[in-house]
Amino acid sequence: MNWKRAGLLTLFVGGPLIALLSYGMTRDPRSIPSPLPGRDAPVFSRVVFAPGNDGVLRLPVGDTVRLAAHRGHVVVVNFWASWCLACRDEHQDLSAVARQYGPRGVRFFGLLYNDQPDNGIQWIAQMGGQAYPALEDPGARAAIDYGLYGVPETFVVDQRGSVAHKFVGPVRPGELGALLDSLLKANPAASNPLPSDAPLVRTLPSGSKP
Amino acid sequence: MTRILGMASVWIALILAVYGIAMTTIGLTRKRGELLVSGMQTVYVNFVLMTLATGAMIYALVTHDFSIGYVAQVGSRTTPLFYTVISLWGALEGSILFWGWVLAMYSAVVVFTNRKREGGLVPWSSVALQTICLFFFILLVGPANPWHLVTPTPLDGPGPNPLLQNHILMAVHPPLLYLGYVGMSVPFAFAVGALLSGEIDSADWIKLTRRWTLSAWALLSMAIIAGMWWSYEVLGWGGFWAWDPVENASFMPWLTATAFLHSVMVQERRGMLKLWNVNLIVSTFLLTILGTFLTRSGIISSVHAFTTGTIGYYFLGFIAFCLVASLVLVGGNSEKLRSTGHFESAASRDTVFLFNNLFLTGFTFVVVLGTLFPLVAEAFKGVKVTVGAPFFNKMTIPICVGLLFLMGVGPSLPWKGATKEQLKQLFIAPGVVALLIVVASLALGMRDPYAIAAFAFAGFALTCNLREYWVGAMARVRAHGENFPVALVRLVGGNRRRYGGFLAHMGIITVAAAITASSSFRFEREATLKPGQLMPIKGDLSVRFKELWQKDEPQRQVIGADVEILHGTTVVGTLDPRMNFYRTQEQPVPTPSVRSRPSGDVYLNLMAFTQDGKSATLRVIIEPFVPWIWFGGLIVALGAVLSAWPVSRRSARTVTESRSAPYGGRGPSYTPGGAVPATGMANTGMSNTAMPNTGMTMSQSPTLPS
Amino acid sequence: MMHRMREFRATATRMTVIVASVLTMCTAESVTAFVSKLEAQSTPAVSVAPLPGVDTILDARAKAVASRLRCPVCQGESIQDSPAELAAQMKSLVREQIASGRSEAQVFDYFTAKYGQWILLEPKPEGINLLVYWLPVVFLVVGGGGIAIAVKRWTRPKPLDTLPTGVAANAVATPSVSANAVSPPSL
Repeated sequence: MNWKRAGLLTLFVGGPLIALLSYGMTRDPRSIPSPLPGRDAPVFSRVVFAPGNDGVLRLPVGDTVRLAAHRGHVVVVNFWASWCLACRDEHQDLSAVARQYGPRGVRFFGLLYNDQPDNGIQWIAQMGGQAYPALEDPGARAAIDYGLYGVPETFVVDQRGSVAHKFVGPVRPGELGALLDSLLKANPAASNPLPSDAPLVRTLPSGSKP
Repeated sequence: MTRILGMASVWIALILAVYGIAMTTIGLTRKRGELLVSGMQTVYVNFVLMTLATGAMIYALVTHDFSIGYVAQVGSRTTPLFYTVISLWGALEGSILFWGWVLAMYSAVVVFTNRKREGGLVPWSSVALQTICLFFFILLVGPANPWHLVTPTPLDGPGPNPLLQNHILMAVHPPLLYLGYVGMSVPFAFAVGALLSGEIDSADWIKLTRRWTLSAWALLSMAIIAGMWWSYEVLGWGGFWAWDPVENASFMPWLTATAFLHSVMVQERRGMLKLWNVNLIVSTFLLTILGTFLTRSGIISSVHAFTTGTIGYYFLGFIAFCLVASLVLVGGNSEKLRSTGHFESAASRDTVFLFNNLFLTGFTFVVVLGTLFPLVAEAFKGVKVTVGAPFFNKMTIPICVGLLFLMGVGPSLPWKGATKEQLKQLFIAPGVVALLIVVASLALGMRDPYAIAAFAFAGFALTCNLREYWVGAMARVRAHGENFPVALVRLVGGNRRRYGGFLAHMGIITVAAAITASSSFRFEREATLKPGQLMPIKGDLSVRFKELWQKDEPQRQVIGADVEILHGTTVVGTLDPRMNFYRTQEQPVPTPSVRSRPSGDVYLNLMAFTQDGKSATLRVIIEPFVPWIWFGGLIVALGAVLSAWPVSRRSARTVTESRSAPYGGRGPSYTPGGAVPATGMANTGMSNTAMPNTGMTMSQSPTLPS
Repeated sequence: MMHRMREFRATATRMTVIVASVLTMCTAESVTAFVSKLEAQSTPAVSVAPLPGVDTILDARAKAVASRLRCPVCQGESIQDSPAELAAQMKSLVREQIASGRSEAQVFDYFTAKYGQWILLEPKPEGINLLVYWLPVVFLVVGGGGIAIAVKRWTRPKPLDTLPTGVAANAVATPSVSANAVSPPSL
């Protein structure tokens, strides 16, 4: 036996391979980081099909929401579908966060992903309402613009219009709340609440900038 | 009860494996014959125990004993019996159990068939096999325990993964795969045995190893083709190979085993490449374990990756153990693996085998690198990259073209080398064929250089391999006045190893040409049709959507579309692509419908439909020559069986008598029959264990048609 | 039964979205081309589906791009091959972008900006990714060179002279025998 050669081979051939595979065990191939956080949020212009419960966030059906019009506000964009099971899990939490932060100037929109608005309306009714308006996304164009892998995914857009964070899967309300708090604190000037009865889109001049 | 039986069997097998390893090792090192025998006998008991365990699991599946974890996981009262039985390998734990059974079976067969063999080779090999068995038994009582108790007992289970209960090939592909894949453990065990027993220089072990590798290779080849077929018939995208990690996992050891089957001939004839061959055997086995690790650990995302727990860490540990053990054994003993021979000519078959090995290992390198590269990129740059089909195609197609070329050159070139004049004679006819194919391809409007080259070299290689049969048989016709078919049968029977090999070549060439054709001339069209509407496809071929139908089955609901295929205005067939909605799965599972003809398939998939049945979206793919891929796989298997089938007892005796040239190249001469392959007797010493070059002289004979 | 119908109603409606996107893919000129071609051959009773133009350069380009983009909701499949709904939508987006005059590179850049490099089925040949392209080439070149050297060393100029007589007379290839053979390091 040539132990020296055996040892060298083990060290220089076996070692790196085992190290690489061990490293692989610490990674999750399914979690793919989004390139969006830190970049400008893709703008969209989508039609409301479900108005949202009474309150600051409510918008009339048929209105068009343009993301660009909400510069200066923190915006939460949630992608969901009626056929998505995990969306049921997060629904209550998200609505609760929306009720809490809506009056503080945070906008919430639910974008329907690969689903029919009728199904969405039915689902919202089943779930006992939704605090914020739901928008159509025909052809999933907004979804692709946001680099969507599946639903639910939730994006938080800061006052300057760039993506602050992406949640994959059901949102964790604590985390979302903390993030919104920190964003609101960082730029409180822009977070002036609106009169509760005023529909958002009409009161904001289009393209308004902070 | 079933649960206890299964668990107890595995536990006892585990203990016996430890006992067997210990006793055999002590018996060997302390020269204690009785311990050695007692240790080796455990492989038989373990085979019985694993058969019991596997039988118990099948029984539990069939009787819907949902208190058993695995049954609760894959069983369902609504699943048809057939799919219930084969769900044995439908998920992680069951597949490990099946793996353990196959391994135990192989261990028993290895020990039994070599029970009269003297020396330490087989006992040490049995230690290696038992160690691998032990690992799988540990998995079965640890992270892949299929027997864990479920309380309270569920009334029903979710049933197997819908993709795995959709096609009959699921009963064919996995068993073949395990038989082939696990079979690669045996050559590895022999290599370990040869190194540990010091018999590495004996001629015997390499012969044994070659036979086992060939059998496992044949099974693995069939398994890969069956897997391609399954993917084609079930997954609905109209392709058969996606370079998914799980496909790569089965392909990598196939490549290295193929390389070994060729380079082993250089060792047998010349006593060279010994170290290289041991490396190939060891790599083949390590690649099977690596492949299993990759698809079972969740380290790399893959279509068929089973849900995972801690099993990845066990596999990682086992890879590390096997890798280090192999490196130490092979690296430490490399002096014993020195070459003793030399080549006779640079323009000889030896050289072709070297290039064959370079291309095959290069191919393996590309696949391993591509499969693992996402990890490398993430480790060093922190970015997630994808290495997918376009990469693998780009990198491997040139290698495949090169291999096709070698497949023609190798069989034609004599071992002893050829002169320029002979080379000219040898390659004029195949060269002309290749040239004609190039011209024809260009005339047909093909422009892809790789596709043209693939066709040309396929024609080239096919001509070369066919000529070996032709020339050999014609020589017999002339020498003995036999008629051609008889001459052909006797020729092949006289040297099955050689002609079986050529047949396998022709199978591979068929597969390669069919894959090239199907990807070059593939044509697809998708449209939404109303009932009665016609969709023209290509030429005068069109399909007409007739109606949607619905069928309720216990485990699923099926929506199907009746579609007619028309040539002009004549209906030539009907197809019924379906979409299956399983209770347990949100996404529907498509079942494409395929009309196969030798010239190609019409592949129809139902992509979407409206609920009222007023329209259906159909994707029609014309897949030229695809059936030839499956047919080619069959030829490969036939060739391998022809090559590997044990010699009958009578001719075996003849072989023993005439085995004047032991492998390893220390014998004085070659069997006398070798000079004249067309000797009258079909079953002379030229039977398949003889040297692979018989008949070679014929291709250099002046009567060569060119 | 009704329950089952309701369950897949959701799916069915999703399917109609695919249908819609397929229809939007139909370009005017390709439809007219097909219709005029079909009018010649079809019997009056048969209605013929409008078809997306398949053979146009635009389609070929869109297809080439789509088969290099990974479907986000599948496993390792391209959006070209995948039957998934999102893949179909991405495909139609690719087609639209190319139709509007974007280059292939621009389309890839768009998707990379949204999904990261992960979306490309073939790693960009830059930085560390060059390894995956060049290492196999190095492997083959070094191996080929090694074989060339080895064959030269392993082949003796006049093999027949050194062979034992009985064997040399027999022209059949012969297992090597001589003890004085060069013994090079094995491959």
